Parts: sequence; C-alpha cells; structure tokens
Amino acid sequence: MRAVLTVFVKEFRENLRERRTLLSALILGPLLGPLLFAGGLTLRLERGVGEGDHPLPLAVAHGERAPNLLAFLREHGVTVTPVDYDEAAARAAVRSGREQQVLAVDADFAGRLAVGGPAPLELYADASDLTGSSDSARVRGLIAQYSALLGRLRLAVRGIDPLLAAPIAVQDIDVSTPATRSVLILGTLSYLVLLTMLMGGMYLAIDATAGERERGSLEPLLTVPVPRQQLIYGKILATCAYMALSLTLTVTAFAIVLRFTGLERFGMSVNFSPYVALAVILLTLPLVPLGAALMTLVAAYTRSYREAQTWLALLLLVPTVPLAFAGLVGLRPHLALMAVPSLSQHFLITSLLRAEVLPASWVALSVGVTLAVAALLIAAAGGLYRREALLG
Amino acid sequence: MIEAQRLEKRFGPVTAVREVSLQAADGLITGLLGPNGAGKSTTLRMLYTVLRPDRGDALIDGRSAVREPLAARARLGVLPHGAGIYPNLTARENILYFGALQGLARAARRARTAELVKLLEMEEFADRPARGLSQGERLRTALARALVHRPRNLLLDEPTNGLDVMAVRALRRLLQQLRDEGHCVLFSSHVMQEVSALCDEVVVIAHGVVLEQGTPEEIRARTGAGSLEEAFVRLIGVADR
Repeated sequence: MRAVLTVFVKEFRENLRERRTLLSALILGPLLGPLLFAGGLTLRLERGVGEGDHPLPLAVAHGERAPNLLAFLREHGVTVTPVDYDEAAARAAVRSGREQQVLAVDADFAGRLAVGGPAPLELYADASDLTGSSDSARVRGLIAQYSALLGRLRLAVRGIDPLLAAPIAVQDIDVSTPATRSVLILGTLSYLVLLTMLMGGMYLAIDATAGERERGSLEPLLTVPVPRQQLIYGKILATCAYMALSLTLTVTAFAIVLRFTGLERFGMSVNFSPYVALAVILLTLPLVPLGAALMTLVAAYTRSYREAQTWLALLLLVPTVPLAFAGLVGLRPHLALMAVPSLSQHFLITSLLRAEVLPASWVALSVGVTLAVAALLIAAAGGLYRREALLG
Repeated sequence: MIEAQRLEKRFGPVTAVREVSLQAADGLITGLLGPNGAGKSTTLRMLYTVLRPDRGDALIDGRSAVREPLAARARLGVLPHGAGIYPNLTARENILYFGALQGLARAARRARTAELVKLLEMEEFADRPARGLSQGERLRTALARALVHRPRNLLLDEPTNGLDVMAVRALRRLLQQLRDEGHCVLFSSHVMQEVSALCDEVVVIAHGVVLEQGTPEEIRARTGAGSLEEAFVRLIGVADR
C-alpha cells in the first residue's frame, strides 16, 4: 500500500506544478461556470420581470381612423407614434428594424365597426426577431382585450347577457412554491457540477497511461518491484483528489454566487445553505472514483495524448446523456432510477435544492450502486496495467 | 548474473524473438549486438519483465522473470530505450521517486540520491525542472534512477543514442566502474565501435536468433575474420541467406 501512496503524492505534486492545467481545472471551470450561470440567470429573470411594465413603442399608420382604440392602447402603457406608411413602407420599416412593429388602420375600420362587422387592422411584426416577439404578443393581447370589450358592449346593447358568450371560465392555479419554481431554472446546475468535476481530473487520467507512454516514462515505471495495479491505483487516487477538489470548489462557488443573484426578488428561493452545499458535495462524491476510473480506462486504450484528449472530451458528455434523456421523456425521480449513476446524483441534487426530504433508500441505492460500479472500473483499470498492450 | 533460456516472443503473426539464450555474468560488460529489428529490445524487455515470453524464461540472479517478476525486478536496474523522465519534477525528485518505489526509506533514498548526483556529476542541474534538461542530462538522470537501489544487474537499451562524444565517454567510464565493482552489465547496441570499445563479452543477434556468444577475440577467431566488424558482417550475411 505504500507504493500507492508514493505514486499518489508524486502525481498530486507534479500536477500541482502544471500551472495551465491547474488554471483550467481548478479556477476557470469551478469559478467561471457558476458566474456565467448566475449572470445568465439574472439577465433572463430581470427581462422576464421587466417586460410587463416597460413602455411599449408602437408605430401607428392612420391612427385618426380609430381614436378610441388608440386611447385604449395609450391607457395600457403603449407609446403611440403616428407614422405615414403605406403597406410597402410598413413592411420595409419592420424588416429593417427601424420599427419593431407597425399597426395600420384600414380605411373602412370605422365603417365596419358601425355596422357591427369585424373591423380590419394590420399588425406588421418580425416573428424571427426574438426580442420583439414578446412586444408584439403584448400588442396583440391588448387589441384582443379591446375587441372583447367591444363584443361585450354589442351584446349588452342588443339586450343579451355578455356572459352567454363565455361558456367556460378557466382559472389557472399555480401550485409551485418559490423553491420548485427556481428548480426549473436550476436544473442545469447539477449538470454543470458533474461536468466541472470530471474536467478537474481529466489531465491526470490521460497522464496515467497515454501521457506516461508518450513521454517514455511508462517502461521505467513498470520495472520497479511493485505490483502494477498499485501504480494505477495511486494514479486514480490522485485523479480522484483533483476531481473532489474541483467538485468542492464548484459547489462552493455556486452557493456563494447564487446568494447574490437575489432569486427571492422573483418569487424563487434557492435552498443553497452551507448545509445543502455540503450535502450536494457528499452525494456527488461517489461519482468521483467512478469518473476517475472510467477516464483512466478510456485513456489507456488510446494511442496518443491527443487521441486521449479527443475521446475524453466525448466522455465528458456521457454523464449528460441520462440527464438529457430524463429531461426529454419527463422522468420523475423514483427508487429504481437511483440505480443509474449520474442520473441519481442529478435527481438527488435537484431534490435537495427543492428543499425536499430525501428518502434514505434513494440515497443508499445511489451511493451503493455508484460505488459498486466505481469498484468494478477500478479493478478493470488495475488489470490494464498488467497488459503488455499498454506499452503501445 | 542474467541468464536467458530459449526466449521466444510473438506479436500477432510476427515472431520478434525466435530463440534467444544468453548469459551475462557478474563483473563483465556484455553487449547485445545486432542490426535494427534483430530483436534486441524485445529480448531486453523480456529480461526486465515488461514483456512476458511466450516460451522460455529469464533468470535474474536465479529469480525467474516469469514466475517471480517482483523479485527479479528488485535485482535489476533498467535504462529502457528513450527513457523518459517526469518534466515537472526536478532531476533529483525523479531519482527520489524511484527510490521510494524501490522501497528505500526516506533518509536512505536521500543519501543515495545525493551520492548518485555526485557520481554522475549532476550537481549543476539536479534541482532544475527536468523539462529544461539536455539529452545528456536526461540520460544521466535516467541512469541515476536505474541505479538508486544499488541493483546487482544493469540492463541498458541503446544507451548511447543521441549522446555527444563527451557524454558517451562519461557513460563508458561509469559502466566500466560498475563492472569493476562486480556488477553485471548488459547493454544493447547496433553500433559496432560502441560494442568493441566496451564489451568483455558479445552476443550477436539477428532475426530473433543468437548467432554467436563469446569474447570479441573468440568471435573473430570462430568466424575467421580480421576484425569484429567483419565478423559481424559475415554472421549477419549468413543469417540473411
């Protein structure tokens, strides 16, 4: 066992001197990820919240034909700019981005209204313009409101109860709590945590086989009187250490950064207390030896450092496959799914953030299966170092 | 004492070593001489237990490389072909690491490393990161690493490759010194001058078969050639036909 420790210490120290690798594994990944995540989140939330009250600019051609409609729109926060566009000019103005949307009032608008027919309006908007689409939806909604109002008035004038025209009334009841609402957005968090964790150990995993071979240091290493699996165990241990470090840094960064995004302002609460952060780290930790052994195994079958990098970059996507699949088919966590490594960690992290109580059986199964798979992979990696083909 | 007994090694359809038997005695420098692709490296790799022979065995001080590889390895110092060292460790740390893997206690490996640094005249660069070292400095580091546990037997695969004249001379002096201390030194080379300048005993190998073993004089006499080089050419020529 002393050899395992010797290899571990040497690998840990050597990697510590690899400044650029260290920078990406322990600084950029764990810190930049959470920062970008929180930045994007805040931006999205602020826009979502802000949309309802910011003034809505609307260019209107021939507004004089519909003075009541314009008064209604102005009442509801629309800034009306009178313009003098014909159809072609309106199209061109929207397409060129000069106007976000143009409302054109037809010549017989008032006439059709007076006889109780549908009065024509044209709304020019660019559906491919994502930032403008919510604006045009608001305009359309306001016009629909105005239209419904007129309809009710018409019915009332004719002595008919307007409620007759509304046979069904749907009431939306939102049962989400502040915590569950934020989880919808924080769903990507567990993915980022797993990804950064794996990246933290990638360099060392490659180095254990492909790197040693390329440098020509593998053969001397294999001539020392130490059982070969002990050499690879030491290397996997060092990989684990860096992955655990990366995991801890990432989760800590998330906990701190999310504290400052102020999700509460938007009716969401992030349950990311130091206790939850610790629980997230502990529940993800069994995935560390699994990832380290898997990356070491894959790297051992490659012929060069470059090839190993290519394969491991692909391997980084593997833990995301169950996550993406679960998202697509709308899987909900239950006991059997806790037997799938990475998916179970995803569910457990999400549940923790929702402030739900985790069933002990879920935790036990997730930890147990993940560690069992890790043990199998480590044993397989140990066997690899006994293979001659490793020398390339 | 290193003894190879009818070693055979195949890689798929290719037989790299057909039948190699040789002895390298203590207190002698034995040269494994052969053209490129003769099976020199494969033979040495079986001797230092990185490859497992398909047939035959190798004894290191009487320990079987096949059945007790750990015991055999403990008695070997190895300088493999193009021996790489760890670029992020200093030369000294490279040596210390192998000292630890060889099971030396902390104080013992420090003392032994200091001794080797002095012996191989590495003081100037011993504490510099290995990434900046020259070819000769790297080789000395790798050599010190191979000697850290005071092995009785030393295996070197093409040790003079890529070295300048001064470095080659220093290496020769070191190998002679080790021989005089009673070590068994076995090295491979395809360079004639190298072998004739250094070896007490020569093993000529081609196409995975040992053609001759003996002192340079014996081999010359047996082939009826005027020089070892001519003897070598004749032997290889016979093997090629």
